[in-house]
Amino acid sequence: MKISKSVLGAAAVASASALVLVGCSSNGAETDSSAAADGGSTGDAIIKTNGSEPQNPLIPVATNETGGGKIIDALFAGLVYYDATGAAHNEVAESIETEDSQTFTVKLKDGWTFTDGTPVQAHNFVDAWNWGADLANSETALNSYFFEQIDGFSWDESVPEMSGLEVIDDLTFTITLAAPNAEFPLSLGYSAFYPLPDSFFEDPDAFGAAPVGNGIYTLADAADWQHDVQIDLSINDSYAGEREVQNDGLSIIFYASQDAAYADLLANNVDVIDGIPDSAMASYESDLGDRAVNQPAAIFQSFTIPQELEHFSGEEGKLRRAAISMAINREEITDVIFQGTRTPASDFTSPVIDGWSDSLAGAEVLEYNPEEAAKLWAEADEISPWEGTFEIGYNSDGGHQTWVEAVTNSIKNTLGIDATGNAYATFADFRTDITNRTIGTAFRTGWQADYPSLENFLGPIYYTGAGSNDGDYSSEAFDTLIDEGRTSLDPAEAAAKFQEAQEVLFEDLPAIPLWYSNVTGGYAETVDNVQFDWHSVPLFYEITKQ
Amino acid sequence: MLMYVVRRLLQAVPVVIGTTFLIYFMVFAMPGDPILAMFGDKTPNQATYDALAAQYHLDQPFLVQYGLYMKDLFSGNLGTTFSGQSVGEVLARTFPVTLKLAAMAIALEFSLAVILGLFAGLRKGKLFDNVTLVIGLVMLSVPIFVLGFLAQYFVAIKWGWASPTVGSDTSIANMWLPAVVLALSLFTTSMRLMRGTVIDTRSRDFVRTAYAKGLPGRRVIPVHVLRNSLIPVVTNSAANFGVLMVGATVTEGIFNVPGVGNTLYQAIIRGEGPTVVSFVTVMVLAYVVINILVDLLYAVLDPRIRYA
Amino acid sequence: MPKPEHFVAPFDENEMAEVDKVKLNEKPSNLWSDAWRSLRRRPLFYISLATVLVILLMALFPTLFTSVSPTDNCQLANSNGGPTEGHPMGFTRQGCDVYARVVWGARTSLAVGLLATAISGVVGVIMGALAGFYGGWVDSVLSRLGDIFFSIPYILAAVVVMSVLADYRSVWTLAFAIGGFAWASLARILRSEILRVKSGDFVMASIATGRTRFSTLVSHVLPNSITPVIVYLTLSLGGAIVAEATLSFLGVGLPTTVMSWGNDISAAQTSLRTAPMTLIWPSIFLTVTVLAFITLGELVRDALDPKARARG
Repeated sequence: MKISKSVLGAAAVASASALVLVGCSSNGAETDSSAAADGGSTGDAIIKTNGSEPQNPLIPVATNETGGGKIIDALFAGLVYYDATGAAHNEVAESIETEDSQTFTVKLKDGWTFTDGTPVQAHNFVDAWNWGADLANSETALNSYFFEQIDGFSWDESVPEMSGLEVIDDLTFTITLAAPNAEFPLSLGYSAFYPLPDSFFEDPDAFGAAPVGNGIYTLADAADWQHDVQIDLSINDSYAGEREVQNDGLSIIFYASQDAAYADLLANNVDVIDGIPDSAMASYESDLGDRAVNQPAAIFQSFTIPQELEHFSGEEGKLRRAAISMAINREEITDVIFQGTRTPASDFTSPVIDGWSDSLAGAEVLEYNPEEAAKLWAEADEISPWEGTFEIGYNSDGGHQTWVEAVTNSIKNTLGIDATGNAYATFADFRTDITNRTIGTAFRTGWQADYPSLENFLGPIYYTGAGSNDGDYSSEAFDTLIDEGRTSLDPAEAAAKFQEAQEVLFEDLPAIPLWYSNVTGGYAETVDNVQFDWHSVPLFYEITKQ
Repeated sequence: MLMYVVRRLLQAVPVVIGTTFLIYFMVFAMPGDPILAMFGDKTPNQATYDALAAQYHLDQPFLVQYGLYMKDLFSGNLGTTFSGQSVGEVLARTFPVTLKLAAMAIALEFSLAVILGLFAGLRKGKLFDNVTLVIGLVMLSVPIFVLGFLAQYFVAIKWGWASPTVGSDTSIANMWLPAVVLALSLFTTSMRLMRGTVIDTRSRDFVRTAYAKGLPGRRVIPVHVLRNSLIPVVTNSAANFGVLMVGATVTEGIFNVPGVGNTLYQAIIRGEGPTVVSFVTVMVLAYVVINILVDLLYAVLDPRIRYA
Repeated sequence: MPKPEHFVAPFDENEMAEVDKVKLNEKPSNLWSDAWRSLRRRPLFYISLATVLVILLMALFPTLFTSVSPTDNCQLANSNGGPTEGHPMGFTRQGCDVYARVVWGARTSLAVGLLATAISGVVGVIMGALAGFYGGWVDSVLSRLGDIFFSIPYILAAVVVMSVLADYRSVWTLAFAIGGFAWASLARILRSEILRVKSGDFVMASIATGRTRFSTLVSHVLPNSITPVIVYLTLSLGGAIVAEATLSFLGVGLPTTVMSWGNDISAAQTSLRTAPMTLIWPSIFLTVTVLAFITLGELVRDALDPKARARG
């Protein structure tokens, strides 16, 4: 989960998308790339885009927010990469093979090097993962939980070398998991699994300020990173992958707000932006014409009603949860408040993920149905009469106020009860009340997938005792289905299990699904071939500049 | 005079200590755990949490945290931000930008206030007085974010007279729009202070005497009225300068100025105690110096004011 | 009887006689009745007084002005809609009635403005007066205390006050957050004015005639230094109402369930380009209110100040 927090009232989660919208032409572009190949990275077709100052050192496993993530993904290449639709393709990996979904043999392609000239070998992956998983480094390795499935991982003691990783030769290593997981290879394109050069281990701090990678772009000089202002990345001539870069470099300009980035886009000071501010939602499509981007993304928004919240447990709880869900006019809110930049939810995942379905049994609880909602609410009142106010907690530094108000108004108008938002001044305050279980109200929740998998939207949030199960939901039926899906070797069968698991969720509604955030963005007349990927980020390497 | 300055500088020591303590305490008292916020909607594992808490001394009681911070401060170490940068470096980068923006804004605000306030005071109750009052009030009652967005949309985007954002080019030519916005949002109080004092000063004996001596208005106004009316407006503009040093958050955000406001706001929201305190400490020192200069300026403007 | 010869002009030609004559059958004039006599001749006084009274009435009895609920039955179908029958100012983005919200918002905004101004006024005047008049160590201690408070970024103050007192978030806490940290500027302005005034002859005369220093401060120095204070305070009333909007914009203002002009302006900011009227209406009320208070403040000050009155 990457955190994206923008200030000053901008939308909370930066968006993304996965449907193909601009055909990627490779005709005129090939001359560009060959020019870049022999001329080095000094061309003037520099793509300027928006971003934010990284909150952590530029080390893959230390980066858990979108500002740094965007840079890390440009600087490094992993075993696999995801294309626009989220399909995984081998990148540094020649092959990833398994027979039991527990032990994986990874063979690397020959010829990859880091920008310092050292080759990318099996030990670069194994050492990087071991370092990230080691408890001794946990104050830096914020994403160490990605390694917890690997055999030998421990949250209790420092383990410098996990038993589940073994280097066979320079280009081969094996991964053994503590338990089978068919989806594991899918996650290998995530930034935590990027390799690190030997120089990293000598001085991680220095590396964080001047990273050395193997990706499409490179930070040629640490001085190209002007903190709080922008970072200039140039083309990495030694990149050995199959993604062909069509420009001469990437400049990521750090913005304090989406409004500022949008203003710069209108003034042609920036080429591509991946967020449209609230204030421009009604006008950006007319401002930008066909250069406006709006497509579904792997971001799911909901609010969670804690299991133990008064009036929301047991049979009464089921009735009230369903009533609340049916009292929300998602269609109207996404249309009026978000101007179509959100898509009403029809499940607990995202339409850009393989296996998504909008016709699961029980999904009708997500449709606006005022009569049924009032009826169920009245039934619940017979069990125990309702009193008080239904509140949704949210952090007011993330631009959530508008929709929370619209949702609570919808509930209020439909059920005739008092409903309001409960604003927390800071995200820290909000998360602390949730983590300590002292919140005492429903609260806003959102999830952006780390890798394109149904399971990533379900297991981490609703599995009994899972790290982000903030509502303390627990269902044996659900847990069993997730386990079965994880261990299944057949992707179709796994997807079926995950869909079935969601049908359990529709019964219990531990969280009320609201909508999928679309990736909204736009680009200037100066660039072509702009395509946003499943993860809400433009595929920068494809962009051409006139 | 020199003694006075030295004494005032010595007084800065308890001010700095008092400020750091108060602000450190305020950040400490803010509800919410900054470490939890670093993980977004995911809850960190206890081991990771403990390691981070230890790194930032967040597992210590308040006085120990404060003591550790002060120990570092006196050895010249301003601390490290959550993103691993030295606070000193961040300050060295952002402070000059904000200083420049604030100086531009205050120069403009002061000129507007003095000129408009002087003429409004001289023409009390006349059209000019009322027009400047209404314009000033509109500027005062339009929140700065509305003024900023309007200026950005019309002046920069529609008419193309300025760059909508500042970014890496912090030259005067690129920063005039936010400076104007800030000046417009601030000048009303100074202008009204100037007007009020001008009216007051004109009825004073020394002005009547000057007129009675037969001096023409063009000499009485600048020498006697203007000079004797400047003290409140100088004080207020200096105070505004101080406010801009720490509080131009909204304007810096709208125009993407890489200055103190934004960084400080982020640090406050994230609960980064050392960063907030170090920033504010430097601001306090700047403010102390400005105040000494202003107090010395009083004596220049009004020779009757003396400092032993 | 021969007239005394030492009169420069004949007695009946001397206007001063008329001026100096004690009118025994008239009530003795005093500051307040003089002020009232001067005020009641000015139409501007009645206009601003009426405006202030209307706003006060609106704040106290909003139902006199509107029967529409500002919070219930907000329908998204009306989002950002223009005026219709019964809804003269149209609808907000959430589909609530703008006019009703503006009327109901008067109470909060006025209370924030008045309370914050009162807090910063009382503290600022005491601190500034003592520091400026007594000088020496009193000045040093109070001025440096002012420096400390002045250096606290108001956003930090607001975040801390509003989140520490999250469960009690109200007009009071907000007024405290704004006013409790804003007095330092006023104190400095008053101090500077007192530094200027206290060297005047009348101060020395007052002390020479046996008044205590404190009594001199209160009865002579303060009244002569009050001009900038009144200017500052009337304006900070408006400033506080606007600060409430800015804090809402930054997410540390009043709860959204509280209706206030600031909350509405902040919420309408996102519709600046599509439905500017949702922002302009509360802004107009804010401006008119501040204008009325300032005009009233200026007129009363003029009326109370014989020197200013004499010059018209």
